[in-house]
Amino acid sequence: MEEKYDSKGYLNMELLRFTTAGSVDDGKSTLIGRLLYDSKSIFEDQMEAIESVSKRKGEEHVNLALLTDGLRAEREQGITIDVAYRYFATPKRKFIIADTPGHIQYTRNMVTGASTANLAIILVDARHGVIEQTKRHAYIASLLQIPHVVVCVNKMDLVDYDEKAFEKVHSDFEDFSAKLAIKDVRFVPISALLGDNVVDRSKNMDWYQGPTLMHILENVHIGSDQNHIDPRFPIQYVVRPMTTEYHDYRGYAGRVAGGVFRQGEEIAVLPSGFTSRIKSIDTMNGPIDKAFPPMSVTMTLEDDIDISRGDMIVKVNNQPESKQEFDVMVCWLNEKPMQVGGKYALKHTSRDARCIIKEVKYKMNINTLQKLEDDNAIGLNDIGRITLRTTVPIFLDGYRKNRNTGSMILVDEATNNTVGACMVV
Amino acid sequence: MESYKLSHLRELESESMFVLREVAAQFENPVLLFSGGKDSIVVAHLARKAFWPAKIPFPMMHVDTGHNFPETIEFRDRYMEKLGANLIVASVQDSIDQGKVVEETGFNASRNGLQTVTLLEAIETGKFDCAIGGARRDEEKARAKERFFSHRDDFGQWDPKNQRPELWNIFNGKKHMGEHFRVFPISNWTEMDIWQYILLEGIELPSLYFSHKRECFMRDGMILGKTDFIQTRDTEEVKEMQIRFRTIGDATCTGAVLSGASTLEAIIDEVASTRVTERGGRADDKRSEAAMEDRKKQGYF
Ligand SMILES: Nc1nc2c(ncn2[C@@H]2O[C@H](COP(=O)(O)OP(=O)(O)OP(=O)(O)O)[C@@H](O)[C@H]2O)c(=O)[nH]1
Ligand SMILES: [Mg+2]
Repeated sequence: MEEKYDSKGYLNMELLRFTTAGSVDDGKSTLIGRLLYDSKSIFEDQMEAIESVSKRKGEEHVNLALLTDGLRAEREQGITIDVAYRYFATPKRKFIIADTPGHIQYTRNMVTGASTANLAIILVDARHGVIEQTKRHAYIASLLQIPHVVVCVNKMDLVDYDEKAFEKVHSDFEDFSAKLAIKDVRFVPISALLGDNVVDRSKNMDWYQGPTLMHILENVHIGSDQNHIDPRFPIQYVVRPMTTEYHDYRGYAGRVAGGVFRQGEEIAVLPSGFTSRIKSIDTMNGPIDKAFPPMSVTMTLEDDIDISRGDMIVKVNNQPESKQEFDVMVCWLNEKPMQVGGKYALKHTSRDARCIIKEVKYKMNINTLQKLEDDNAIGLNDIGRITLRTTVPIFLDGYRKNRNTGSMILVDEATNNTVGACMVV
Repeated sequence: MESYKLSHLRELESESMFVLREVAAQFENPVLLFSGGKDSIVVAHLARKAFWPAKIPFPMMHVDTGHNFPETIEFRDRYMEKLGANLIVASVQDSIDQGKVVEETGFNASRNGLQTVTLLEAIETGKFDCAIGGARRDEEKARAKERFFSHRDDFGQWDPKNQRPELWNIFNGKKHMGEHFRVFPISNWTEMDIWQYILLEGIELPSLYFSHKRECFMRDGMILGKTDFIQTRDTEEVKEMQIRFRTIGDATCTGAVLSGASTLEAIIDEVASTRVTERGGRADDKRSEAAMEDRKKQGYF
């Protein structure tokens, strides 16, 4: 697809999705408000609305957290309950922010916000340092394989902009995160309330020579966050026009979940194992010669084979594992604890199955990162390693290799609620 | 090395097409809510792309307050004919005639709130298990909290404090009898993205979005178009203004902006420099701080 029109470069901007994390009141929502405000992404009517609410409540500063805490209950309690999505663009990038709650009770909403992020901002209150909830969120960020983490040491204004407070958080966090799989961690001392080092460089912390938060957001390299190596195309929907013009057309619609597919290439279809060639890769704007993640396209094949939703098109010599019994790390999201031996519905890419929880290998102690092998009680907000057995084969990659084909959810069959987030190990 | 980059507009497009295909696959009887406004036009366009070369595999529904600018209805009918789509019109007037809702009276009377009753009833009558909407998270603070797949109980209510976790791109549309889903494929788009995409794809829009002359008057800092549905006060002077609309809703509560922007390029420049949100011009949101959250809980769009 050739883009003809280019209006001030806007059409060619990259998209960065990021999320906030950190304990209650560490200043996540305030920071998002500050980023929006200082990047001039707040409209006058929005500003007037929050100014008048802040004034009514007798607050000293305009409460920027009100820009994301949009629910009545959140405003009443001054906390974030559910993820809020906000958007802004600078001349360099377009951003999607998920502002998530810090309260442990709402961890599931934090996980929701983090699951699609390229980058996580973990806030730490400079006065309190690294606490349990900081560790929990850092661990979840590493478990969800968020490629980039920025630790913002916040409320520097309340510790007289003291370098020692920053250094303490820096070293405590590094001690902890050395045991985690986070590749790219950076540290910035900020005041979300007053704006130091958020968009504009602080005048109060000469000892800090590094970039501002905004500079990192605009420049962090995200080009290699998708898997372009292992071709995976889960079939979502079979397109059959049944019109005179397209009488025999049979297209397989889906979103490329990994690798690159090219017209003319040989492919295999799972679970049948039949092989064929890609006849065309179609879009309404015309056929294209290659498709890669996260493109939504429709493929046609040279041969007439029986394919339906839940099947996967792959390469003959590069296939995911096809398994009915496997281990995952689970993050439990429901008040009702996980039932060992219990049955759940399972959703993986476009494939639906049922599964039974065979056993708990261990539960994680998130504070110490110890594996508790004799503890198999997995309740709300717990994380552990479990073995699943499914009714049909699932086409799996390790979550590290591919977030799309390495992730799945568990659904309670009585309530239909999403209760577990699983990552293939 | 080849680069595999997608511009953010194509990435958003792809995400929305993915969501629309999930709807077609997971629900038995979905319906696309079509108001004739730019967001629902973009959703309809994305649905065409998602299922091309087949037709969109679900009907469209317009919840009609009866208080429309004639341009909207003309456009709607023309566009449906072009798509060969089946349009269901759910009429607020019918709900009023049947005594199911009571019309507001007075100067600020609006049928906007009444739409909820008509919508929920149309969903029940049509046995729809999913209604696809063009709401965007950047429009309003309660909408910023929405999931792509948003569960509604058997009274059509939204429970914002107890939403299902929505992880990665795995959407859970499972539900009990009588419940339904609202699905928002363009959740992640901003007003700017919408305009840029309309330009990129050459999408046709109702003329109301472009600068034109219209009889208007001022009320509560808003510019309202004069129509038969609004009573004007003696103090409200009606005069011709050069305006356009940023959103198209019920004619009684949709504010216009003074504008000379008559092309998409000019509109994009205007959107880039504007300092007020697009819903800043809507009286329905101004009724109270949590007006949108309250309406949404009851089953509004
Ligand atoms: N002095 C000072 N106060 C701050 C700073 N950042 C945030 N605060 C205050 O800390 C309080 C909590 O801020 P929020 O932004 O609501 O915290 P949060 O992390 O979003 O909290 P949850 O979402 O409920 O987890 C508010 O009263 C803020 O004004 C800062 O840099 N300096
Ligand atoms: Mg918050």
